[in-house]
Amino acid sequence: MRSTVWLDIVIAAAAMAVLLLLPLVFPGKAFSDFMIRLSAFAIFATSLNLLVGYTGLVSFGHGLFYGLGAYSFALMMQKLGTSIPVAFIATVGVSAAVATVVGAICIRLKEIYFSFLTLAFQMLLHSVIIAWTPLTGGDQGLTGGVPRPPFLGIRLDDPQHLYIFCSAVLVVSLYIMWHLVRSPFGYTMRMIRDNPRRAEFLGVRVWRVRLLAFVVAGVFGSIGGLLMSLFVSSAYPDFAYWTVSGEAVFMILMGGISVFFGPLVGAVMLLLLNDVVTRVTEHYSLMLGIIILCFALGLRKGLLGFVLWAWERRRAGAQ
Amino acid sequence: MLTVENLHKSFGGVNAINGIDLKFDAGTLTAIIGPNGAGKTSFFNLITGAFAPDQGRILFGTDDIAGLSSPDIVKRGIGRAFQIASIFPSLTVRETILGAVNAHRGWHTKLRRRFPLGEANAQADEVMELVGLTAKADKLSGNLSHGDQKLLDIALALALEPRVLLLDEPTAGMGPEERWQMIDTVHKLWQRKQMTLIFIEHDMDIVFKYAQTIRVLSYGAVLAEGKPDEIRNHPKVIEAYLGTAYEKGRG
Repeated sequence: MRSTVWLDIVIAAAAMAVLLLLPLVFPGKAFSDFMIRLSAFAIFATSLNLLVGYTGLVSFGHGLFYGLGAYSFALMMQKLGTSIPVAFIATVGVSAAVATVVGAICIRLKEIYFSFLTLAFQMLLHSVIIAWTPLTGGDQGLTGGVPRPPFLGIRLDDPQHLYIFCSAVLVVSLYIMWHLVRSPFGYTMRMIRDNPRRAEFLGVRVWRVRLLAFVVAGVFGSIGGLLMSLFVSSAYPDFAYWTVSGEAVFMILMGGISVFFGPLVGAVMLLLLNDVVTRVTEHYSLMLGIIILCFALGLRKGLLGFVLWAWERRRAGAQ
Repeated sequence: MLTVENLHKSFGGVNAINGIDLKFDAGTLTAIIGPNGAGKTSFFNLITGAFAPDQGRILFGTDDIAGLSSPDIVKRGIGRAFQIASIFPSLTVRETILGAVNAHRGWHTKLRRRFPLGEANAQADEVMELVGLTAKADKLSGNLSHGDQKLLDIALALALEPRVLLLDEPTAGMGPEERWQMIDTVHKLWQRKQMTLIFIEHDMDIVFKYAQTIRVLSYGAVLAEGKPDEIRNHPKVIEAYLGTAYEKGRG
């Protein structure tokens, strides 16, 4: 078992090395900007999939944590002048606290009621952001930029440092979530997804496991928002709008709900689509809708899910 | 071991359980029979905490467990399997049983270690061997045959090392041959584990062959209880449930 953990660490280190080398192959700023956005969305979508894919909790309001992470980090940096590590840790703490309260209310509801209550909480945050103009800047977002003072020799106002920092946060976040879904807790999440009633009759306190999953997902969702606020040096109400949750759901659907790295692949696809389609046509939403429809009708496993399924079939056929 | 006193439960205006008093001694094998709607499954649901009774006590040893949550009751040593196999379709047989072992030992929320935990393997292997699923350990539970899914459901309960095991129609939906294999497996489990086993069953040949005592429910109340021969010839049971086919000398 220990060797499996070490193997995962080696793979994570190799992934980090690849991410560090990629700018040598793609030296343009467009690439590093893409990768920073990808880091934010991949963490966000993967954290949502902890709920949707692993625990069977379809949250429509996960953007609550994306917005919360962006605003709490940006406000701490701007208003309190804290260091980045302190603001990072405090953002995680704030998100965990909010997720505990929101989760304790939401997870006792089932299916669509859970989904819509999470959405209601997200829209509540959005309304607060819009209404509390003196603090949040209202619909204009936070103006004046987010200070990014150096720490431990890292200068996040330098695009290269920011790229490395975001890549490292991506790899570490994915590693932790990967470890989590492979832990006994991760298997308990799957049992609850498959059959919560049976899990209760095995002695599992389902609400407790769901709440813990909700808090973990909320924390990582907020880290996604935090990275985005670092990237844009601000925070905007759109970060807490329902469409952010919708995008994460699309990423999961496009990449694959039943595969851990599905949301990462989905994030790559959706961001690429966004960048390419908006260059060609103004009708981005229409194009996106058609593509999502194609996935929903013809590729329900998502791209990565389908590739792995086809590979498994081929391997089984060869045997 | 398990004593039920004056148990009542109604749903809306329907009295599903209407004043049941029953006692189950340790290590016994008891069948619960009765017509559809007699309250058999509701009785199991009350014992295992799926519902709280409106009135009455459920004593497990000396503790009143009436109204406790299912996880609390399970942890005290009461396991159950369901009429329709209740499993985890996307997990393999081994993962399913390991998950149950983890839950039983309180390891199911461990975050720092990897699944499966080495110390759970031996018990999972033993449970799979007990129910004869060792050869199918790596099959997805959802892909198992109906009979194997029922066995897996029982295996899940066994992984909790229960002192009382409740089986709700273990042979439901099976062909004649498969039924006898299943009940034979259940009987061997009972002999080997020395637990209190209570099962709901509609196949009277099985009930009369294997049960030490039989409790008959009708309209949410106990109609009769006794040894198989006593029940076979009980006029009220014949009238309400068995018909004349099982009267002495004709069954």
